[in-house]
Amino acid sequence: MNQKFLPRFLSLVRANSGLIILLLVALPLSILSADFLTGNNLLTVALQTSMVAIAAIGMTFTLITGGVDLSIGSVAALTGALAAGLATRNGLGTYPAIFVALFAAALIGALNGAMIAWGRIPPFVATLASMAAVRGLTLVYTQGRPISGLDEQFTFWATDVAGVPVPLFVLLLVAFIAYLILHRSVFGNYIFAIGGGEETARLAGISPAKIKFGVYIISALAAGLTGLLLTARLWSAQPNSGTGLELDAIASSVLGGASLLGGAGSVTGAVIGAFIIGILANGLNLLEVPSYNQQVIKGLVFIVAVILDYVLKRRSKSG
Amino acid sequence: MADQTYRLELKNITKSFPGVLAVQDVTLSAYPGEILALAGENGAGKSTLMNILSGAFTADAGMILLDGQEVKISSPRRAQELGIAMIHQELALIPQMTVAQNIFLGREPLFAAGTLVNTKIMQTEAQRILNQLGLDFAVTALISDLSIAQRQMVEIAKAISIKSRVIILDEPTSALTERESGKLFGLMRSLREQGVTLIYISHRMEEIFDLSDRLAVMRDGQLVGVAATKELNVNSVVQMMVGRELKEFFPKAETQRGEVALEVHHLRSGTHLKDATFTLFKGEIVGLAGLVGSGRTEIARVLFGADQNEGGEIRVAGAVAHIHSPQEAIRLGIGLVTEDRKAQGLFLGQSVRSNASVSLFERLSRFGFLLYGQIDQWMRGAIQQLNIRTANLEQRVGSLSGGNQQKVVIARWLALNPKILILDEPTRGIDVSSKAEIYNLMSELAAKGMAILMISSELPEILGVSDRILVMREGRLMAEFSRAEATQDRIMQAATGQLLNAGGNS
Repeated sequence: MNQKFLPRFLSLVRANSGLIILLLVALPLSILSADFLTGNNLLTVALQTSMVAIAAIGMTFTLITGGVDLSIGSVAALTGALAAGLATRNGLGTYPAIFVALFAAALIGALNGAMIAWGRIPPFVATLASMAAVRGLTLVYTQGRPISGLDEQFTFWATDVAGVPVPLFVLLLVAFIAYLILHRSVFGNYIFAIGGGEETARLAGISPAKIKFGVYIISALAAGLTGLLLTARLWSAQPNSGTGLELDAIASSVLGGASLLGGAGSVTGAVIGAFIIGILANGLNLLEVPSYNQQVIKGLVFIVAVILDYVLKRRSKSG
Repeated sequence: MADQTYRLELKNITKSFPGVLAVQDVTLSAYPGEILALAGENGAGKSTLMNILSGAFTADAGMILLDGQEVKISSPRRAQELGIAMIHQELALIPQMTVAQNIFLGREPLFAAGTLVNTKIMQTEAQRILNQLGLDFAVTALISDLSIAQRQMVEIAKAISIKSRVIILDEPTSALTERESGKLFGLMRSLREQGVTLIYISHRMEEIFDLSDRLAVMRDGQLVGVAATKELNVNSVVQMMVGRELKEFFPKAETQRGEVALEVHHLRSGTHLKDATFTLFKGEIVGLAGLVGSGRTEIARVLFGADQNEGGEIRVAGAVAHIHSPQEAIRLGIGLVTEDRKAQGLFLGQSVRSNASVSLFERLSRFGFLLYGQIDQWMRGAIQQLNIRTANLEQRVGSLSGGNQQKVVIARWLALNPKILILDEPTRGIDVSSKAEIYNLMSELAAKGMAILMISSELPEILGVSDRILVMREGRLMAEFSRAEATQDRIMQAATGQLLNAGGNS
């Protein structure tokens, strides 16, 4: 009995490591700060975190294939700017503008995907290049200035409905669709297959190129959605919005169990991971930790999570 | 030699692994100053026996005597102290270090205890050993600059430096050219003169007959016979190695050869595959033999679209086929069980279900979403049909035994009901009972009309399973034998281009 307890306990911990870390972060905060466990504060956390979580879901798709998408912050900014610009300057109407902007995001994702899938450029390099290029495009398009004057149709997406922030609803919808794609569809199972062994997948009759191509489109679309929500929330498109989004998204995915080596990851994990980071940031704000110090703490938490994950995985392999 | 006492005596050695009796009651002795060859098929127990002797494994029962004294060899280190060295197929040298450093690794001469390495003494001492062995490379040379043969000689020098009385060589010539082998044999003979006992594991009959004083043959974990080499010939040794159970182990159903399934004319790809022309018929198992690197695997990869066909024509069921990707091959009804199960056959970290049913995902889905009920139903059938031993469908495939892993890969292909199935070394590294199950399965599939091409390095397997045998040498298809015509000798002759018995009998 006692001999079996430890491995069982460890496998339970491993299966729910994201949730456990979430509790480990939230528990001390609810004791240390009286404001933390209030409805108002939690809704604020939910609003802020929903946007990162959507981007993290997209990032998880690329991580499972063994890739990464560093361009998502730039894509988010460009999507927001395009939607705002087309709606206000060109009078396209909010929804057509959003549609065109998301189409542009998908196009950038397709370019990333094509470079990686058929051009065989390492994902890190390809998306690093487009991160720079797309940020540049955003600055050119906005002339480096915010685009404001959004109508209520646009800003509605960052308001509350029945006291719940709309982005949270968007997140739930995105997570549900992403869950179906990643964990229930043929495409999703092939994503895991190429992450688990690209050559094996190819010899099993799967075309890794097509799968990778699709994954980067999904990642860019998720980033585009995040960009639109950021724009709605700020009532304007900021040329520098989304900076550092890729780091938060990667951290969220990995905290939620995605492997940087590919083959592992989940939608729920990405969402939980984003909430760990969101709650931590919120708690540090409440405790009045200076924002520079917060950066350091965030980095440390990330490292500890990765090490923990690595140790737990190694334990399960040898055991 | 008969009046000498034994250097080494193994008495009633037995060793079992889960599910396998690897070595069974083996009693074997060796004299000082002799070369004792140890022959047998893969899995006969040679390596296990030698690993017991060199301390890597501990015997379940039995006794080892060295120069008449009973010894307990509990670890490789203990074996070294007793003067027993084993030179493995994969050499254990550090490429970035010098010859002298490697020879004295872990036993470096120091200026005084706990201080710096005395490089000068180390090099002088290493040089003395190289001189003794007649080796002409520098003690300061880096291992990475030496040829494989020279590295092997460094290993031997290391064995000599620890004053080994018994040196075991596990297939030392498998990576050597003929000239390098000759040099190694010269060294072995001079060690024999110096009174060292050499135990030499090999598959190569000509070398065994050329070199050894006595020959021991193992089969299925048992010692089948020991005799002075000059009293034996190739045929008698092969018979000892293979035994008479061949027919029972390989259940060969008489099959009806059907229509043509696949025709290949002058297939060519890369540097390893130069010219291959052959035909596969429905309902037959064709064995593809040849040495490693002779182009066998390349044939499989080209037919499956994994490598490009650079000339040559492939016809599937009479129609010309241009196969550019595995997907196209699968569409044409061709399946491939790859040689490297871990890197090319399996998603090791993923479940048995994902691994076995990945080929079915598109068929067992609706609007792109998987129908898990149907997949699991199919899985249960496949697990039963192939007798896959797994706790449940979620079990990680990497945690299964080799035999069960291979059955998972085969299940993936059977799901597609291919017309042509290519199996590259299908029984490599798997246990005996799984082997028999796989042979049975191949026989059943052929009886149902599938055309099967099996690549194998194990001649008994080729002879036991195949209706027809093709032999490759240096990228070319050199020979074809019917089941009745084929013998180990004929196949090896075609594969090596040499007469086996030349100089072997006396």
